[in-house]
Amino acid sequence: MTDEAFIRLENVTKVYPGTEEPAVAELDLSIPKGEILVLVGPSGCGKSTTLRLINRMIEPSGGRIIFDDEDVTTVNADELRRRMGYVIQQIGLFPHRTIAENIGTVPKLLGWDAARIDARIDELLEMVSMDPKIYRTRYPKELSGGQAQRVGVARALGADPEVLLMDEPFGAIDPITRDRLQNEFLRLQQALQKTIVFVTHDIDEAIKMGDRIAILKQQSRIAQYDTPEAILAHPANAFVEDFLGSGAILKGLNLKRIRDLELSAVPTVTTPVSREAVARAIEKSVDGWALMLDEDGKPARWLDRAALDRSESLDEAGQRVRVTVEPEDTLRDALEQMLLSVTGTAACVDRQGKYMGGVRIELLTEFLQELQQAERHRQAEANR
Amino acid sequence: MTTLAPSPATKTVVEKTDVEIQAIRDRIQLVIPPAMFVFLLLVVGAVYIYSEFDRTTADILSPDKLIGQFRAHIYVTFWSTLLVVCTAIPLGIVLTREQFRKYAPTVVAFANSGQAIPAYGLIIIFFTIMGRGTITAIVALTVFAIIPVLRNTMVGLDQVDKATIEAARGMGMSKRQALRQIELPLAVPVILAGVRTALVINVGMAALVFLIGAGGLGETINSGLKLQRNTAIFVGASLVALLALAIDFAASLAERYLKPKGI
Repeated sequence: MTDEAFIRLENVTKVYPGTEEPAVAELDLSIPKGEILVLVGPSGCGKSTTLRLINRMIEPSGGRIIFDDEDVTTVNADELRRRMGYVIQQIGLFPHRTIAENIGTVPKLLGWDAARIDARIDELLEMVSMDPKIYRTRYPKELSGGQAQRVGVARALGADPEVLLMDEPFGAIDPITRDRLQNEFLRLQQALQKTIVFVTHDIDEAIKMGDRIAILKQQSRIAQYDTPEAILAHPANAFVEDFLGSGAILKGLNLKRIRDLELSAVPTVTTPVSREAVARAIEKSVDGWALMLDEDGKPARWLDRAALDRSESLDEAGQRVRVTVEPEDTLRDALEQMLLSVTGTAACVDRQGKYMGGVRIELLTEFLQELQQAERHRQAEANR
Repeated sequence: MTTLAPSPATKTVVEKTDVEIQAIRDRIQLVIPPAMFVFLLLVVGAVYIYSEFDRTTADILSPDKLIGQFRAHIYVTFWSTLLVVCTAIPLGIVLTREQFRKYAPTVVAFANSGQAIPAYGLIIIFFTIMGRGTITAIVALTVFAIIPVLRNTMVGLDQVDKATIEAARGMGMSKRQALRQIELPLAVPVILAGVRTALVINVGMAALVFLIGAGGLGETINSGLKLQRNTAIFVGASLVALLALAIDFAASLAERYLKPKGI
């Protein structure tokens, strides 16, 4: 783990002038290449300070920062920052500059030529699912919170930095949009493989986003540094246990994504369809429900025998499919959707909304049993 | 989900009326001052053309003299305001930088005292130090009008969202780049409002500099007062008012069109 560290903090200390107690005390931290490291901890633990020490927005009082085998503790801080993307909670888009100009900020600082900057802006806007034709010339005040944060991420990726520093990037966004942005960001990261340091105070977000998690207590002392799985299974001490709080099993559902599971087969019919075909599909179903898809292959309605008998038109029979899940969603998201669905099955769709398969509650119980067995096994090992 | 639909709709309606109110307000600001200007100009023009002047009035209001005083008035206003801009804006920038911020209260108090002294007194004080003349007048007006521009520069720079500056610095802009590319453009509207105030102050103050021999339309008014020629007083005073209106309107246009887009 340490041998592939891309950024290393060695004995880094920050003492603010006029204070006795250090804000960050003798921190050793290695940040592995191509992974998301989440710094999580209670407020005031120094996690943001730690992040800002990495790009020297805050100058360390002592210790060394090694970036890609180079000691960057005393190099020009402005040039160092151009090599690291930076995303903050308030986003901080430049209100007097268009979206395109905002995204082109770092490339321009680095002196790229105009054509290359233009191409890069289009590429980045498409990457964060915003149409360049529409958004290039807009100003930040015309964006919603979610769109603004997308632009914030695109701007941070402007000059394709190897490192991304993110300080509670989704903290000020409503829960539904936050969930979507998190999923989008994880999908992006699968392709980009950036080295990311991500600060949050929300343990659920940490578990969802992190390849590794460092749980910090006061003065940025590391309480535990491990993979989310290991932290959930073996909290190292009472502080970590407290911080994880109750419901560790439910939190465990955040670890697994729907794409890691084998989707259950649900009998489907595609409109237009005859009543007989629907009846046959319902016959085949294990739980008596069949899924009707619309012309585009998107989930439309859940149908069972009773619904079929009751209604005149197939367009209004059964229950409309209100919510769907995507492969990037966690099992916890899936559980919520199952509880909302009459059938106890969540319909999984791809990015275009086309039906891919069902997620049944049995899949979740199986996964939880596996988790518990693994945990019992580990405890038995430890006791021996 | 569907229950949420009506609320954004109502919100847009409210926003639209807000925008409309703003548009009406804008139109009023664009129309009323020029209308007043034209009205006053017509009245003065009528008085100037149709009144019967006696020899004294005709002498005070002779085109040569009037144009001379008018020029002197604009000259003093222009140079004093330019000097204000060239000193107050850089000073305001320096005083909002981290390392010099501690001097800000002292400097602002000092500049404030310039405005606390009555205009008349200030002109006389500079006269006793520097003697008669246009240069003295320009210096006195500069000192008097420095505070609105200094204050607005500092306020304008301070009100720039700290997160915006943090983002700029975090992306690798140097302090200088962040100041020039982010802070100053975002402070422009507030700074321009200060410059506009300074301009208006200086147009008014320039009516007093005849006291120390710097001419200006105050000269015309003063002659009318001394020789009890009401027409001359009226024309002189109206010309000052016309000049002030024109300059204020021009400054309001500058504020409108120099404001960066997007804010």
